Amino acid sequence: MLKYILKRVVLAALTIFLVATITFLLMNLVPGGPFVAEKSISEQAQQALNEKYGLDQPLIVQYKNYMKNILKGDFGLSLKQRGRTVTDIITSKFPVSARLGGLSVLTALLIGIPLGSVAALNRGKWIDSVIIVIATCGIAVPSFVLCTVGMYTFGVNLGWLPTFGLTTPLHYVLPIFSLSFYPTAYIARLMRSSMLDVIGQDYMRTARSKGLSQFISLFKHALRNAIMPVVTYVGPLLAYTLTGSFIVEKIFVIPGLGKEFISSISNRDYTLIMGTTIFLATLIILMNMLVDIVYKLVDPRIKLK
Amino acid sequence: MNDNLVDIRNARLSFFTPAGEVKALNDVSLFVREGEVLGIVGESGSGKSVTAYSLMGLTAHPGRLIGGDLHFNGHHINIMTERELRKMRGNEVSIIFQDPMTSLNPVYTIGNQITEVILLHTDKTKKEAYERARELLQLVGINEPERRLKQYPHELSGGMRQRVMIAIALACEPKLLIADEPTTALDVTIQAQILELMMDLKKKLGMAIILITHDLGVVAGTCDRIAVMYAGKVVECGSTDEIFYSPSHEYTKGLLQSVPNIYEKERKKLVPIEGAPVDMLNPPAGCPFAPRCHSCMKICLKQMPGYTNLSDTHYSACWLLDKAKFEKEGEARNG
Repeated sequence: MLKYILKRVVLAALTIFLVATITFLLMNLVPGGPFVAEKSISEQAQQALNEKYGLDQPLIVQYKNYMKNILKGDFGLSLKQRGRTVTDIITSKFPVSARLGGLSVLTALLIGIPLGSVAALNRGKWIDSVIIVIATCGIAVPSFVLCTVGMYTFGVNLGWLPTFGLTTPLHYVLPIFSLSFYPTAYIARLMRSSMLDVIGQDYMRTARSKGLSQFISLFKHALRNAIMPVVTYVGPLLAYTLTGSFIVEKIFVIPGLGKEFISSISNRDYTLIMGTTIFLATLIILMNMLVDIVYKLVDPRIKLK
Repeated sequence: MNDNLVDIRNARLSFFTPAGEVKALNDVSLFVREGEVLGIVGESGSGKSVTAYSLMGLTAHPGRLIGGDLHFNGHHINIMTERELRKMRGNEVSIIFQDPMTSLNPVYTIGNQITEVILLHTDKTKKEAYERARELLQLVGINEPERRLKQYPHELSGGMRQRVMIAIALACEPKLLIADEPTTALDVTIQAQILELMMDLKKKLGMAIILITHDLGVVAGTCDRIAVMYAGKVVECGSTDEIFYSPSHEYTKGLLQSVPNIYEKERKKLVPIEGAPVDMLNPPAGCPFAPRCHSCMKICLKQMPGYTNLSDTHYSACWLLDKAKFEKEGEARNG
């Protein structure tokens, strides 16, 4: 186990290094720069800014400096948000997105798993058809439609829910709804098909022949086998959802990391682009590792090598 | 009522599929005495397993019992609720299945899967159940039971897993053990071991066994009585000797001729039963075996024969045995 984790950590470091390098190159290939704006700044001022942030040096030197700095844990100053370090921005914005995202994934699991199971157990009956239709809609409808429709009906017309910010628990309802609809639908579909597969297995017949009730044989014997595809899906999902969604955060005016991530790109805020990309990459790698470990816990047949 | 452990009378069970009604059991009557081994032989789809499952109330959807009476150990299965059936399953009657590789749940330890059934049906504590599981593993001839209990099914061989299945089945000392093709998925040498184990345990524990198989070699050495099934009917039933030495139904004769014999000096050609099994969606009007039978008569195609008693224990459903009808048919032919 220890050897396995060590190996994964080394591989992770290598992956993050590659991600950082590629992002750095791509970022600099894109035309424009942080200090090129519609309102043209004077030549001298631009020159001064570039010198201050070291952007006047050759690319290879910039790259070396950046890498040296991040090894020391210094992700630099944001080029656009004056006076704030990249670390500062991430640590202040990530908790907001993470709380919202975490709750959304939880919601998706709590609704998606039972929904898929119920559909599988009632295969071919009306309830199965209803769930399939809902799940298909959930996958087909993009989140900005859900956001606006939800906002319009529950926020504007009915006036039940607030439409922006995240101050009270009620504020969470619409964003969570918008964020969790797609994963709920996806999990329900995964769960339905794997559950169908599992309930046809011989060991389910054994469970019944032992005299176990339907409930116990489903909960104990079927669920643990059927949950594997969902585990696979939830790892990366967590990483993406925890770091925030640009669309949902923009529409509901939520001060989260998702918005920073996208706007840093259009702003050519080089240091922030690098910071958020490395952060997301690390999180995805971590979640995948977590999935592998959960895998091992759920299914003893899996060997971690 | 008599005091047979199992008494199935005129059971009719159909699967209502989209393509139509499949009469999986068509007037099946069988009994098993306490401590007896009954072999049920027949080809795939003849209703062997369905008979056994219906006895446990485990008929799979869309199957439904539509007639007859099933009695087991004083219970009238037809009128039992699911809750009552659950109390009986795994406790008074257990089953072992064909494929031990897939019949155990891969994500739980052997110990967990054995103690589960003990905890369900007895008042034993977890510790006592675990102790019992250890005993059971010893009973079915698994060495190092302590270690095996902590292992997962994938860490055991096929024969070992079938032993575990037997341990689970015997955990609550059932009155009846149903073995549904228990050796079909195993190597020949392991087959013999498992059969020997089952017979050994029967002697020790005194339970009755219903042994379902399509392998006549398996029933020969193990069973007291044999029922031969074809197309959802019991076509012949008798003691093992009667079935092997004086088979009376043409299907039974055909089955026996198609068994290879290693003691035979000369190499005889095996005689297969020609034709294909009955289309269960459209069974023939008369005797279901008639289309494949060498001695088929006119009446065979029109009407199902009743049972003819050949001895106290031996009966068979064939027009050839029904002297009166047979002669009438002869007269009709000559006249």
